[in-house]
Amino acid sequence: MAKFSLYSEESNRSPLSRLWRNFKANHLALVGLWMFIGLTLLAMTAPLLAPYGIDQQHSDALLLPPSWHDEGDVHFILGTDDLGRDVLSRLMNGATYTFGLSIIAALMTTVIGVVLGTLAGINRGFKSSILNHLLDITLAIPSLLLAIIIIAILGPGLLNTVWAIILALLPQHIHSVRNLVVEELNKDYVGAYRLDGANRAHILFRGIFPNIYEHIVVIFTLALSTAILDIAALGFLKLGAQPPTTEWGAMLAENLGLIYIAPWTVGLPGALLFLSVLATNLVGDGLRNALQARKAT
Amino acid sequence: MQPVLKVQALNKSFKTRAGLFKRQKTQVLKSVSFAVTPGQTLAVIGETGSGKSTLAKVLAGAEEVDSGQILLNGNMIVDDGIKNRECRHIRLIFQDPTRSLNPGLTIGEMLDDCLRFNTKLTEQQRESKIELTLSRVGLLSEHYDYYPHMFSGGQLQRVALARALILDPKVVVLDEALSSLDPSVRAQIVNLLLKLQKETALSYILITHHLSLVKHMSDKLLVLDKGEVVEYGASAAIFGNPKSKVTQKLLSV
Repeated sequence: MAKFSLYSEESNRSPLSRLWRNFKANHLALVGLWMFIGLTLLAMTAPLLAPYGIDQQHSDALLLPPSWHDEGDVHFILGTDDLGRDVLSRLMNGATYTFGLSIIAALMTTVIGVVLGTLAGINRGFKSSILNHLLDITLAIPSLLLAIIIIAILGPGLLNTVWAIILALLPQHIHSVRNLVVEELNKDYVGAYRLDGANRAHILFRGIFPNIYEHIVVIFTLALSTAILDIAALGFLKLGAQPPTTEWGAMLAENLGLIYIAPWTVGLPGALLFLSVLATNLVGDGLRNALQARKAT
Repeated sequence: MQPVLKVQALNKSFKTRAGLFKRQKTQVLKSVSFAVTPGQTLAVIGETGSGKSTLAKVLAGAEEVDSGQILLNGNMIVDDGIKNRECRHIRLIFQDPTRSLNPGLTIGEMLDDCLRFNTKLTEQQRESKIELTLSRVGLLSEHYDYYPHMFSGGQLQRVALARALILDPKVVVLDEALSSLDPSVRAQIVNLLLKLQKETALSYILITHHLSLVKHMSDKLLVLDKGEVVEYGASAAIFGNPKSKVTQKLLSV
């Protein structure tokens, strides 16, 4: 062990700022983070930013290619579809559904998962087992298939998709959080903290959570990328969002027939889906690497 | 002198699994008794598995005993496994300070928590108390905002010491607390411990393998073997004339 570690910089001292420094060193992850922030902002403000309404039809401008094309029109930057609707506006609004709803689904999963996982972690024996394996039966079915089953019962619709995704993602979440909590509980500092007179709540909120919340964020990003793909896939299968909802997967399905005459109407939603999943995974991956690097020092 | 800590007939056993349905009971402490007066250091030596660390945990309140009493200043704090909240007067310092300190809290927050849980001091009183304790163990008040990862091993052991001392304990249990340090840092900490003992009549229970440390620090010596007290008395006497075989073996190394 080095005897002297000098900390000249006042600003990078807390575990969180060390994490940020490690994260910043990874440029790909940083690009991912910016894309992620951009998409989140877009999801929140799309209806205000979009130049046209999502159902606004321009009968004089059907199937216009993007504006850089010779036949394109600068008023419709990314072209129009077969009903004369502006592709850019629809794509922007799609972020609210595909990306925004995924975030909400992943957030809800995280909250429920943390609550149940922590309860399972701090309890012992039978009670812990029940909480831990409460939803394990859903692990036997792939998340997409489970979603399809739930939709078969509740009927198609965007909200039902969200419920299905939350249910499908929860068990892994509970297990991960429980493992994290149990791992921390077995560390020496928890015992020392108990000897200081800390009760269960103190141990949980001052001892354990400050040391695992970054891991929870990593789990959240994993859940988010799954949620995006599932929402889009169900939309594409016409089980989730229904046209004219501008969910990206639903847009893909809607315009699939136009793929030869107007490839931009299919390619662009697909590209956006790819970018959003890529951004999420880059952030998650960068975060995981940064956490590992911090643990190693 | 009235003993500050008196331990009477402590028994402790663990149940271990010895087969599919069989449970084996291993007794780790067999009617251990001793007494420590203020300002005295009791060293506990013994082979690995002789129950030294269990004794430390029992004293600090981390483990329950099956039977036996622990008296602090004549007050019963543990009676046949029933614990009294007075345990904070006996503080434990762990072997590895890098693992016994919460990596997510600053030193100040950690010390503040100790005070919040155990005393009724106001925020300002707590702050000045923390500052005082930090300076007592040779740290600066700036270390309040430091995280454990920013200290070296020796400094961390000082932090652990501060954490033990901040509640003004009567007895501090050092469970191999000095073993992980390199010799020069260990010497620093030992001198610090002795200085504090002189100032405040603290009692130490030193659990260690280092015989030179035992010779240097302890007034009394307790030799444990398989949970039983083999020899107990003044250090110098035992070092000069070890009676039992176990002690002779331990001291000859």
